Amino acid sequence: MTPCLHVLAPGLLTTIQDRGRVGYQHLGVPVSGALDPVSLRAANLLVGNPPDAGALEVACIGPTLAVEADDVRMAVVGATVAIEVLPDAAAPGGRPVSGMQSLNLRRGEVLRIGALTGATVLYVAVEGGFDIEPVLGSVSTDIRCGIGGWQGRALVAGDRLPLRQERATKRDEVCLDGFIVRPRPRVRVIKGPQFDHFADGEVAAFLDSKYTVGPSADRMGMRLTGRTLRHSRGSDIVSDGIAPGSIQVPGSGQPIVLLADRQTTGGYPKIATVISADLPALARLPVGATVSFEAVTVEAAEAARREYVAGLAAMKDRIAPVRRTVVDIVPRLHECNLVSGFIDAAA
Amino acid sequence: MVVNDYKLLPAGDTALSVEFGDRIDRQLSGLVLGLARSLNEAAISGVIECVPTFRSLMIYYDPLLLPYKVLSARIAALIQGLHATETAGRIWRLPACYDESVAPDLADVAARTNLKQVDVVERHSTATYHVYMLGFLPGQPYMGDVANELALPRRQSPRIKIPAGSLAIAMTMTCIFPSETPCGWHLIGRCPVPLWDMGRGASTPLLRPGDKVGFEPVSLREYEILLAKAADGQLAIAPVDELRDAAA
Repeated sequence: MTPCLHVLAPGLLTTIQDRGRVGYQHLGVPVSGALDPVSLRAANLLVGNPPDAGALEVACIGPTLAVEADDVRMAVVGATVAIEVLPDAAAPGGRPVSGMQSLNLRRGEVLRIGALTGATVLYVAVEGGFDIEPVLGSVSTDIRCGIGGWQGRALVAGDRLPLRQERATKRDEVCLDGFIVRPRPRVRVIKGPQFDHFADGEVAAFLDSKYTVGPSADRMGMRLTGRTLRHSRGSDIVSDGIAPGSIQVPGSGQPIVLLADRQTTGGYPKIATVISADLPALARLPVGATVSFEAVTVEAAEAARREYVAGLAAMKDRIAPVRRTVVDIVPRLHECNLVSGFIDAAA
Repeated sequence: MVVNDYKLLPAGDTALSVEFGDRIDRQLSGLVLGLARSLNEAAISGVIECVPTFRSLMIYYDPLLLPYKVLSARIAALIQGLHATETAGRIWRLPACYDESVAPDLADVAARTNLKQVDVVERHSTATYHVYMLGFLPGQPYMGDVANELALPRRQSPRIKIPAGSLAIAMTMTCIFPSETPCGWHLIGRCPVPLWDMGRGASTPLLRPGDKVGFEPVSLREYEILLAKAADGQLAIAPVDELRDAAA
């Protein structure tokens, strides 16, 4: 029988995501991909995968997954969450395990992930990855277009996700140490392509205001609520391209930060763009979180990106053996899982 | 021709919009598609992809390989050699069914434009359209220009779902919607040709920016036969001709 993970409960919105479908936007294909590539990378490194391999992206409420393989190595990274391993599907409860480390689950065992707090998503990586065909170079699920991932849709109960490996490689389990929390008080932005479509003083007011992450945030965009922004010449423009992190302002005057599943093109003025180094941290913010912005130059954004990329590259050096003794896992878990997107390479 | 009138608009630190104007205009589209082509031919290390729109070209790049300053200088140089001629493209004639049973807005469009329904169909089907860009859904072509007599603003209340293959107009644009979607355009017919048969492994969509598209009216019965063929993967439509850019 093909080794697989049997989905006993799908969670609220569980999809397969990798780095996204790069190179097809001129044909109208959205990029998609992980909302939080930092946590995706950490989960993959823990199980020995390439950093951008496809993993499960879990939003709000986690799935329950039964192992139908000899054994499988898995890792959960992202939001703060209760994770349990049950001896079998009928067991009422199991042993609690922690995120930010690799886990070995045997045939019949069940991984149960609870409700997420502190961040919008987490990732479940499996050693060897899922045995699914990429669509246009990516296994990312694009639900709106119905392509990629598992049958172009979110998981449902009863799905069996085929695994590339029948059994886990023999090795000790590892954890990621010192995945440092560095919340940024203000998210950095560059003035947007249509900043001059706003009334006098509106860009300054946007930068001076606090916004709250609204309840209808999804993979396409994060709706912010706060000070209404006034356009100087209407809210329609002739469609142009939409970069990741674009902050568009429709007629309502409430900004929307466009994320992984954004359309390739759109027709609302864009007041600013979140810099690439700060976007994973922003995308992670849960509903109700507050956020404010500061404007930086393109050069400053490039410097921030260099630091961000160096941090990502250094992550592999922080992989360490799991301490066998009972350690104070809970504080470490809190530290790890409140990740804001900043890995401090120097720390 | 020397193009001086353009703006370089940073869209964050990994994308740059080269804007030639703010209108839907064939000349602007020629510049956008021309720059896209020279950029692809130049194969500049650090450029990831570029996305043509009606009036601008969005360029995605890796600033660690290609900082903004270097990229803008390269773009400026490419624009110096740009010619705003019609770019190369393929010429298509696609079957379109304008039967009222699949054209829920045809009567309304006729009433609002003071034309007979047959005249709406005639005006829509005798023009040749330029594919400005693909967007919204994979393979979805934004085409123009629709005759001014047919130009109407979008519907007041968008429909929650329209059928795949819907042929629609709004302003001076016409569009075929590749799959079910919410839509505020006026539905005047249906095209049975799959715009991107990914399920059968097609790696590219039918139409590309710069292509020219005409519509061949077919009866409801012919449409249904073509639709059944398409469902079986048996509807192969080839371009009728290819435009070659004189300068290419």
